[in-house]
Amino acid sequence: MTEPTTQAGTPAPRRKDERPDRGNVTRLGDRKKARLEELAQASAGKGGVSLLRDALRRLRRNPAAIVGATIIALFVLVAIFAPLIAPHDPVQRFDELTSRLSADTIPGPSDGFPLGSDELGRDLLSRLIYGSRQTLFVGVFATLIGLAIGVLLGAIAGAFGGWVDNILMRVTDVMLALPALLLAITLVALASRSSQWTVILAVAIVNVPVFARLLRGSMLAQRESDHVLAARALGVKKRSIVLRHMLPNAMTAVIVQATLTLSVAIIEAASLSFLGLGDPDRDRAEWGAMLGDAGVRYFEVRPELAYYPALAIIVVALGFTLLGEAMREALDPKNRR
Amino acid sequence: MSLLDVRDLSVVFQRRGERPFTAVDKVSFTVEPGQTVGLVGESGCGKSVTSLAIMGLLPKRGNKVTGEVLFEGTDLLKLRPDDMRDRRGRDIGMIFQDPLSSLNPVIPIGVQVAEVLERHQGRERKQALREARELLDAVGIPDPDRRLKEYPHQISGGMRQRALIAIALACKPRLLIADEPTTALDVTIQAQILTLLKQLVDDTGTALIMITHDLGVVAGLCDTVNVLYGGKVVERARRHELFGQPRHPYTHGLLNSVPRLDSIRGERLHAIRGSVADNIPWTEGCAFAPRCDNVVDACLEGPPPLEPTATGGDLRCNNPVSEEVAVP
Ligand SMILES: Nc1ncnc2c1ncn2[C@@H]1O[C@H](COP(=O)(O)OP(=O)(O)O)[C@@H](O)[C@H]1O
Ligand code: SF4
Ligand SMILES: [Mg+2]
Repeated sequence: MTEPTTQAGTPAPRRKDERPDRGNVTRLGDRKKARLEELAQASAGKGGVSLLRDALRRLRRNPAAIVGATIIALFVLVAIFAPLIAPHDPVQRFDELTSRLSADTIPGPSDGFPLGSDELGRDLLSRLIYGSRQTLFVGVFATLIGLAIGVLLGAIAGAFGGWVDNILMRVTDVMLALPALLLAITLVALASRSSQWTVILAVAIVNVPVFARLLRGSMLAQRESDHVLAARALGVKKRSIVLRHMLPNAMTAVIVQATLTLSVAIIEAASLSFLGLGDPDRDRAEWGAMLGDAGVRYFEVRPELAYYPALAIIVVALGFTLLGEAMREALDPKNRR
Repeated sequence: MSLLDVRDLSVVFQRRGERPFTAVDKVSFTVEPGQTVGLVGESGCGKSVTSLAIMGLLPKRGNKVTGEVLFEGTDLLKLRPDDMRDRRGRDIGMIFQDPLSSLNPVIPIGVQVAEVLERHQGRERKQALREARELLDAVGIPDPDRRLKEYPHQISGGMRQRALIAIALACKPRLLIADEPTTALDVTIQAQILTLLKQLVDDTGTALIMITHDLGVVAGLCDTVNVLYGGKVVERARRHELFGQPRHPYTHGLLNSVPRLDSIRGERLHAIRGSVADNIPWTEGCAFAPRCDNVVDACLEGPPPLEPTATGGDLRCNNPVSEEVAVP
C-alpha cells in the first residue's frame, strides 16, 4: 500500500502554499482574506518595476483612475495651500455673523462668506478648506503607521514561516474578523484621554492585519518564484534572499493596498470624530466632527452644515477608492492585455 | 575521479494523505571534467527534479532524496546547508528555462552579476561591477556599459539568457547545469545561445549538463547522452552511437520525431504514439510498454534491468531496436 509507485504519467499535485483555514472565522474575515490573497497573487509573477510600469500604462487608459487621481490631486493641493485659498481664519468668530445667530437661524451665504456661517459664527468655507488638512493628516499617518507595523509583521511571518507565521496569522485572523470600526471604537474608548493621535493609532491598528496578511501572502508567492530559485542556485545568503529578492517584489501589492487603505482610513477617522471619539478640541476644523456635531444638532435649522462636510468626505474617499480599485485591476494578471 | 558521480539518486515526493510519488528512480550517471552530458526526455520525466536534487534546491519538506551525488569525491547530499550554499554558484552554476522570470525584476543587470562575485569571491562592489562589464562583453552583449544599468524587462529575451549565462559562469564553476536553456526563446535565438554555450564551455573547460526535451539541442553539443523515461535512465550512449544507432524504442521514436534535413521529402514524421499519461509503474514492468512497438511478454512481468551494451553504453530494454536497422 505505502510502497512508492513510479508513474511519470500521473503528475502529483503540487504543494499548495496555504493550508486550509479551520472554521470559526467569521464570513466577514474570510471575505477580507480572500481579497487579500487575490491581491497578493496578482503581484506574484513579475513583480517590481516592470509590473508597476505595465500597470501605470493601463491606468492611464482607465477613466476611473484619472477621475480618482484628479480628485486626490485637488484634495492634496487644497490641503497644502489651505492658508492661501481660505478666505478667512477658520477659528475666528465674526461679529457680523454672530450677531445674526439665534436659536433657529444660522446665517447663509453673504458678502465675504460664500457658504455662510457655522453654528458659532465662523466662516464655513474656510473651515471646510482647513478640514482637508486634518483629513489628509489623519489618513496619511494612520495608513503609514498601519503600513509600517503590518509590513514588519508580514515580513517576519513570510520570512520565517513555521510557528512564528502561525501565531501571527491567527492574531490577524481575529483582528480581521472584527468589524474595523468596532475595533477602532474600542481602542479609542480604552485610551484615557482622546486626541487626534488616539484616532490615528486606532485606525492604524485596524489596518495592521490587512498589510501583514497581504505582505505575507506576496512573500510566500515570491518564495516560489523563479528568480528566488535562481538566486538560491547562486548560493545567495538567506538574509539577502528575503531582503533583496522577496521583500521588494512583494511590496507592489502593498502599495496598491495603501491607496485603498487611505480611503478607508479617512472614512474611519471621520466616523470616530462623528461619534465624538475624536479630537476634543472644538476649534480644530475636522469634517467628521463638523458633520457629527453641528451638522446633526442644527440639521433642522441649516442642513448645509451637514451636507458640505459629508460631501467632502464622500468625494475624497471616492477618489482614493476609484484610484485604488483601478490600480488593483491594472495589476491583476487576468486583466493584462 | 569523475567530476560528478551521481549514484542511485532517487527523489520521492511524499505529502501527508497522498500516495508517495517517485519522480527520480535510482538514476546514475557521471560527468568527467570538461565533458558535456545530456539529460533528455519528455516533459515530466524527472529532468528538473534531478538537477534540483543535485543542487540541493528541492523544498525542505515533502520529499525524500536518497543515493549519492559525489562532486570531486564529496557527497553533496551530506553537506551542511551552509557548506552547500557556499558551493552553489561557485563550484556549480545553473541556468534555468525562463530568462525573464529568473532575473530579479527590481535589480539592475550589472548588480545581479556583481552580487555573485561579491558573494563568492569577496569582491568590492566597484571591482565586481568592472568584472561584470567584462563578463557581459564575453557573452556577446553589445554595449555592456549601458546594459549594466538596465533592468531585466528592458532587454530582449536572448540578451537576458546571455546575462544569466554570464551570472552562472561569473565564478568559473567547474560544472554548469543548464535546464532547458533555450526552450523559452525564439528559434533563431536558440541557435545563438547554444553556440555561445558550446564556445564558453570549450574555452573555460567547464563541464556541462544539458537538460532538454529536444534531441536537436543535444545533437551538436553533448559527448554523452542519458535518455530518461518515467524517472529512470533507459539508454545511455555516446552521441554518435545514440544518433547513429538508437537501441531503445523510446530513443528511436524520439529521433524519428525530429525533423531532419536529409529525410525524404513528403515522408511523415513518426511521433511516438500515446502520451506519458499511458505509463505503467516501473514496479509492474517497463513503463514505456503501453506505447512500445517492440513490446514482448517479459516487458509486463517486471522492470527490465539497465545493462551495458557492446558499444560502451547502457540500455534498459528487453527487445531493443536491432543494430542493423539504421535510422531512416
Ligand atoms: N515539488 C513537487 N512536488 C510534487 N511533485 C513534483 C514536484 N516537482 C516536480 N514534481 C513531479 O515530478 C515529476 C518530474 O518533474 P520534472 O523533473 O519537473 O520534469 P521535467 O523532466 O519536465 O523537468 C513530474 O511528474 C512532476 O509533477
Ligand atoms: S522493455 Fe519492452 S516495452 Fe520497454 S521499451 Fe523495451 S521492448 Fe519496449
Ligand atoms: Mg523541467
